[in-house]
Order: sequence, then structure tokens, then C-alpha cells
Amino acid sequence: MVTKSAAATVSVTTSKVIPLGMSAILGLFIVGFVGFSHLEVVHNAAHDTRHSLAFPCH
Amino acid sequence: MSLFRNIVFTAVIAGLLSGLLLTLMQSFSTIPLIAQAEVYEKAEAAPAHSHDHDAAAAGTASAPATGHHHDEEAQAWEPADGAERFVYTLAADMLSAIGFALVLIAGSEALGGFKGWRGGLMFGIAGFLTVILAPGLGLPPELPGMPAAELGPRQVWWIATAASTAVSLGLLAYTRSAALAALAIVLLIAPHLIGAPLPPSHETAVPMDLYARFVNAVYATNLVFWAFLGAVCGVVRERFRAGEDVSSGAPAKLASR
Repeated sequence: MVTKSAAATVSVTTSKVIPLGMSAILGLFIVGFVGFSHLEVVHNAAHDTRHSLAFPCH
Repeated sequence: MSLFRNIVFTAVIAGLLSGLLLTLMQSFSTIPLIAQAEVYEKAEAAPAHSHDHDAAAAGTASAPATGHHHDEEAQAWEPADGAERFVYTLAADMLSAIGFALVLIAGSEALGGFKGWRGGLMFGIAGFLTVILAPGLGLPPELPGMPAAELGPRQVWWIATAASTAVSLGLLAYTRSAALAALAIVLLIAPHLIGAPLPPSHETAVPMDLYARFVNAVYATNLVFWAFLGAVCGVVRERFRAGEDVSSGAPAKLASR
């Protein structure tokens, strides 16, 4: 029982790496798309957001 | 997967709420100033345009402005002024907020969690320092029509500055060795010693008092936005931990039934 719970705690901490990494990459991808995409249509749609968040624009 | 699902759920709730708050604040502060600056931007762009199409410009000069403030890219779609533009700004604000929240929560979980709304508030303020203040020291907020260096190098400097500031703040808050504190200070200062890409000339038709009000408005709205985003992340994260602690025991429970 003791060994089982110890194994469980270790597996929880190592299994955290993948969901945390996936969350961070998803977030960076969303911010990159809204704020940094060079697509003209995306730029125009998010224009006021980019200026108001002080992203490099134009 | 329950951790990922809970993080996404928390980020979506916090991002929708704080993106809405941000857009409401912006519609009273930064967006009217952007609209005023676009008048100067169009006035600046118009002579160059008519130079290329003298005959056509003579005929269309009296026509009302069509809202195309990028003359060279007049073909590209852009939202119509008014409700449509507001909706796209709201959507972009909410999406950005969800993206920021995902990174913020992932970072906090890697460092031991928010531990309530006060911890979330501290992470939010760290986000403001990382994403708004540090890049803003080299690349201040810009109004339309203001001169700036090439877009690519500015984006590279912005991303590098935000990344090194984030690592630096993490080291300062979560490590206790003198060497790592020194490294943190180097990471904090290095982007500003290297310096942001600057435009060849700072001349602009945009009045300086309009610009000063815009810069103040950007910093004020973003400070409130990040503080709110962080605090909401901290609160919601505590509420939704379903399946995280019991996930390893769940299969056994199911088997016993």
C-alpha cells in the first residue's frame, strides 16, 4: 500500500509535465496568432487589441 | 488529462471575464484615442496616395473616407467601424486573455500553484511586468500613424524581452541562491542594454498630448486587466480540481463496482 501511494505521487509529478507543457504551448500559440500573425486579415481584425496591448504593430 | 482539462476550463472562464473587462475599459480609454490618431494617419497617407493616382484622386477626393487606413493594402478585409469592429476587438481581447491565462496557470502550476486569489494577483502583476512593462520600456505603446522600425525585428525583441523577464522574475521569486539572483538581474537588464529596434525618425503628425494620454491609458488598463486575470485564475483554479487528486485511484474504484 505504501509503495503504491509513493509510486502514485511520483507518477503525478512527472505526468504534470505534459499537461502543463501543452497548456503553455496552446496559450503561446493563441497569443501568437492574435498578436503576432503577419496575416493582413488577422492584423485588421485584432488591430485595436494589438495597439491597446502594446504589441508591435504595422 | 484532468489537469489539462481543468487548466483549459479555468483559463477560458478567466479569459472570457477579463477579456470583457479589458474591452469595456478600452472602449472608454484607448480605442477613442486610436480613432483620433487614425484621422492623422489618413491625413498623412492621403497625399502619397493621390500622388500615384492624380486623376482618380481628383474624382474621389470629395468622397467620404472609406475606413481603409492602410492604403497599400486596401484589398485586405477589415471589420467595418462601429459594432463589427467592437465585436472583433472583444473577440481578440478574450482570445488573448485566454492565451495569457493558459501560460499563467501552467507557469504557476509548475512553481507550486496560485494558492488562492492573492497568489493569483501576484502572478497577474508579474504578467503585467513581463508582457506590458518590460517590453514597453523599449517599445512603448504605438498609435496608428506613428513611425516604427521594421515589424519583424521589433517582434523578435518583444518576445525575447518578455521571455527573459519571465525567467528572471521566476528566479527572483522561487530561488534563494546569490548566483541565480545575479543571473536574474542580468536577464532583467540585458534586453534593455541591447536595445529595441528604433525607427530612423520620430517625426509624426500625431499630437504628443494625444500620444501621452494613450500611453497612460494602455498602462492603466493593462495593469487592471492583468491583476483581475490573475486573481480570477487563482479563484477559479481552486474551485476546479476535479479528478486531479483521485485520478490514480479512480480505475481501482471503477473496478470494485
